[in-house]
Amino acid sequence: MPDLLTLVTFLPLLGAVIVALLPSAQHGLIKTVSLATALLTTIVSFILYAQFDPLGNGMQFVVNIPWVESMGINYHLGIDGISLLLIVLTTILTPIAILSSWHSITTGIKGYFASMLLLTTGMIGVFCALDLFLFYIFWEVMLIPMYFIIGIWGGQRRVYAAIKFVLFTMFGSLLMLVAVIYVYFAYQAQTGDFTFNILRLSEIDLPLTAQYWLFGAFALAFAVKVPLWPLHTWLPDAHVQAPTAGSVILAGVLLKMGTYGFIRLCMPMFPEATLAFAPWIIGLSVIAIIYGALVSMVQKDIKSLVAFSSVSHMGFVMLGLFVMNEQGMSGAVLQMINHGISTGALFLLVGMIYDRRHTREIAEFGGLASVMPVFATFFMIATLSSIGLPFTNGFVGEFTILLGAYKANVTVGVLATTGVILAACYMLWMFQRVVWGKVTNPANAKLTDLGLRERIILIPLVVLIFWIGIYPKPLFDRIEPAVQANLLVLTERLDGPVNAHQTPASVDSLEFVTQVDEATKDDN
Amino acid sequence: MSDFLYLIPLLPLIGFAINALLLGRVPRGLTGIIASATVLGSFLLSLVGFIELAGLPVDQRQLTQTLFTWIPLGDFDATIGFLLDPLSAIMVLVVTGVGFLIHVYSIGYMSHDPGIGRYFAYLNLFTFSMLTLVLADNFLLMFVGWEGVGLCSYLLIGFWFQKKSAADAGKKAFIVNRIGDFGFLLGMFIIFWQVGSLNFLEVNELAPIAFGGSIGLVTAATLLLFVGATGKSAQIPLYTWLPDAMEGPTPVSALIHAATMVTAGVYMIARTNVLFMMSPDTLLVVAIVGAATAFFAATIGLAQNDIKRVLAYSTVSQLGYMFLACGVAAFTAGIFHLMTHAFFKALLFLGAGSVIHAMSEEQDMRNMGGLKKYLPITYITMLIATLAIAGIPGLSGFFSKDEILFYSFTNPQGHWLFWLVGAITAGITAFYMFRLIYLTFHGRERMDEKTKSHLHESPRVMTVPLVILAVLSIVGGYVGLPYVFQIGSFTNLIADWLKPVMAPGQALAAEAFAPTVLAAEGGHSTALELTLMAASVGLAVIAILAARALYKSDHAAVTRLKERFAGVHKLLENKYWVDEFYGATIVRPIVAGSVFLWKIVDVVIIDGLINGMAALTAGAADTLKFTQSGRVRTYATGFVIGAVLVIAYFVYLR
Repeated sequence: MPDLLTLVTFLPLLGAVIVALLPSAQHGLIKTVSLATALLTTIVSFILYAQFDPLGNGMQFVVNIPWVESMGINYHLGIDGISLLLIVLTTILTPIAILSSWHSITTGIKGYFASMLLLTTGMIGVFCALDLFLFYIFWEVMLIPMYFIIGIWGGQRRVYAAIKFVLFTMFGSLLMLVAVIYVYFAYQAQTGDFTFNILRLSEIDLPLTAQYWLFGAFALAFAVKVPLWPLHTWLPDAHVQAPTAGSVILAGVLLKMGTYGFIRLCMPMFPEATLAFAPWIIGLSVIAIIYGALVSMVQKDIKSLVAFSSVSHMGFVMLGLFVMNEQGMSGAVLQMINHGISTGALFLLVGMIYDRRHTREIAEFGGLASVMPVFATFFMIATLSSIGLPFTNGFVGEFTILLGAYKANVTVGVLATTGVILAACYMLWMFQRVVWGKVTNPANAKLTDLGLRERIILIPLVVLIFWIGIYPKPLFDRIEPAVQANLLVLTERLDGPVNAHQTPASVDSLEFVTQVDEATKDDN
Repeated sequence: MSDFLYLIPLLPLIGFAINALLLGRVPRGLTGIIASATVLGSFLLSLVGFIELAGLPVDQRQLTQTLFTWIPLGDFDATIGFLLDPLSAIMVLVVTGVGFLIHVYSIGYMSHDPGIGRYFAYLNLFTFSMLTLVLADNFLLMFVGWEGVGLCSYLLIGFWFQKKSAADAGKKAFIVNRIGDFGFLLGMFIIFWQVGSLNFLEVNELAPIAFGGSIGLVTAATLLLFVGATGKSAQIPLYTWLPDAMEGPTPVSALIHAATMVTAGVYMIARTNVLFMMSPDTLLVVAIVGAATAFFAATIGLAQNDIKRVLAYSTVSQLGYMFLACGVAAFTAGIFHLMTHAFFKALLFLGAGSVIHAMSEEQDMRNMGGLKKYLPITYITMLIATLAIAGIPGLSGFFSKDEILFYSFTNPQGHWLFWLVGAITAGITAFYMFRLIYLTFHGRERMDEKTKSHLHESPRVMTVPLVILAVLSIVGGYVGLPYVFQIGSFTNLIADWLKPVMAPGQALAAEAFAPTVLAAEGGHSTALELTLMAASVGLAVIAILAARALYKSDHAAVTRLKERFAGVHKLLENKYWVDEFYGATIVRPIVAGSVFLWKIVDVVIIDGLINGMAALTAGAADTLKFTQSGRVRTYATGFVIGAVLVIAYFVYLR
């Protein structure tokens, strides 16, 4: 019996291997095995959630076995509250994604479902890995199945979209690889040991110039994933071309790899650089929030509308992370989960009408509430969650992020809050054009409402939307200690600990920079 | 005993759950009964709370209940908690009382609509949100209700979603409200980071010290909250959604867009009166916006032909009065007018609904006339409401409006100009309301024969609520007797009742305005009060007589007037072209800018740069591939040149 983390990580891989060994013609069997594996993984992740101690310090469920001893590479897994919640999110979205592909994938079924499962192992692996080498392997493992999912089972311009996706990501990954190697040798130079242990790598003191360069390399890799403006242009293409399940996983989990990377690697390993770059990243995040929302508003394709809205939403997450206070950062982590749920639901819903009409043009629809009332209701709920209505999950995340942002810098808080208005504009305008009004297009007159399978897919997400919206405490209980640990690393580098409440409201992130700059001068 | 408070909002939520989850499975006749019963239950519970509150000593009239911690995050801690104090007690009674009558009325009004289950589900959800807003013991939970009522308003305005105009109006209402909510959110941020709490009682207590000398921050916070209020309560510049909201079913207009939701802004200011009292600048802005809105909306009401639109502009105008009251620090008068307005304006809308129902969905008053004999109950009750809103002595509107006008003249925060604008607006109000009565119920019958043959008084289920509201529109004013009429134990009940809520704010202001306040109190002149009263009543009577002369029977004079003042008439009829102005200056530039960001910045610039880099790489590869020619002589040449350069570097440059 392997430990829980190994189990949750490699169970999908096992499923993928079994699927690969099944005869290609056995469609039903392939789908069943895939779904069963995914559901089993979900159950394991629930056990993980139940056994996780919210009050526990540091990493839990740690496994640390030497792998390549001579190079200091270990099979080292472990999770804190942040990774725990992201793992649960992943394992909830995977069976949903598989179910959503049940009828819509008609060719290459074996390869498709094996890819989905392999992808899952990659994603969970990234969230568990505490060894930088292992992290990088899982990171790259994710890329390949996603490339195939978009490139083979995607829409008309799938090859273009898949290559754009890979090139953007690879560009970042390679820079990250260089940085990983640099850190590895720098650690050896300081301590005499070779290690890829992320926790230990975070302990070394790197000269500021090196930190800046390394932070830059990691940050680029992660910013592409988030995606942070202006590195977002691969996202609308990838989403529009990807099959529904691909979009769900892409938006739901893959984008979080970027923000997770910032939390797990950039911040603890390069704290001074984090502080120095924070104002720039905050600036880009605010641009992303407003820019993503505005561009979203004028989209003609529902999927690209949701894709641009992701740019805006992930801007909120980045903003929350880099205002570097408890409210902002905890809110950001929660919003990572929320975005997976609500945007996942939106992509599923768009996929459901795409299956019926084979178009995603907003102008092709209208009046769907008359013919598909159940669809309209689910769509409404997902829309409200996306625009952050109180008592839905989106509100709790957005509110806490903005509360933190306002505390860090008033101007930033005000600008980011305009995103709240804009979100209502683009989502409700789209909703109105698709769902309300008369059925003017005869092609929509005879659409069938959602079936049982489709309802089963959506119900868990709706439950989560309201549960997190009304009672987010259990999640915050798990997020907060991890966030505090992260903040501690950052604040320790400043003069004395920064107590959240005693800081005047006007403490500006820019002040951090000046402090750091002065510190630099002293060093020289 | 306050552990039942949560039931007040919860009951309608249960009603919503039943009607929403069993949509289509609840028998049509039962949906309305379930919905109404839950609201009646809340009303009775509110009554229990009210009585319990009244039984407590004056300074202890606060019932609180905390359910659970909602958002716990570091030093931030928001709870789901309720507060019943004299102020929220009045509000819950109005919301559940008037709300119940409107639910009952809806059973009749919506009986033929196929979406009746959905309708009552939304209506219950609205009542839940409104009660949450009113009972919340902290800003954040109030904001939950605040956005919740906005959502229900959106859903109910767009209830007949097949109609494009209805869907547009719903969206417009939500988005304009979100602009207000933006202000509310920012106001909350300032208050939290300054005071360290969002709980109303704590903020009231801590704010004077926490804000200390930084009046600028209080002004910013209260102005931002006021931005929220202008959105929800349809004040300049965010009022444009309310007239469009008339696309919803008429009982919805009565409940949401007249009696309850749109008054939330006034309630919020009264609830946070301590903060507002700390900033004279904000109070001045509130008073100016209130007075301006009251006047401006009333003038538009003069030239509208749709019966519901007249009432909509009238609502905007009356809400302006309430804000004027708040702005001159007469919060009690504002709440008093909120209450009486809930009675007579709900009645007017329900009456209009009865008319529209009888007229086979016709809303244009030019096609009405002479309905008096067909709809006797509707006529009498609407006439009572009209007399009330016109400020005729003896009816509820007279008392509350008079109190606002009096304080806007005498309070230290007031000014005679506020009084003048208010009094003139009272005259305009009387005029357009009697214009409505004469055009609808008197004169020639202008409808076609088919409509005429269908004319009928509404069923009991609709007329009984009208009668009850008519009674309330008459007697509702006697809880707030003006000073001159207070004899012995007949005091101003509502002012006494609200005193514990308003006292801390008044005490703060007493410090700031000490000399003037004393002067005003000492010199409460009966003569002045009677003069002001006589002036505004006189204006109203003149306006009624003018309306009678112009609209009672022969409309020739109206036509002549319209021709004479064609420009003014066009301006009013087109509502000063404000919607068009917003469209041209805000909406279209934003859309055009967004298209630019997408088509130019995203596609041409960013992707162009990246494609450019890709092309550069490909180009470089194309060029450099010739170096890999496989010819040994080329390699050797390169090797030699390279070696020479390296040696030269070490020899000469080091």
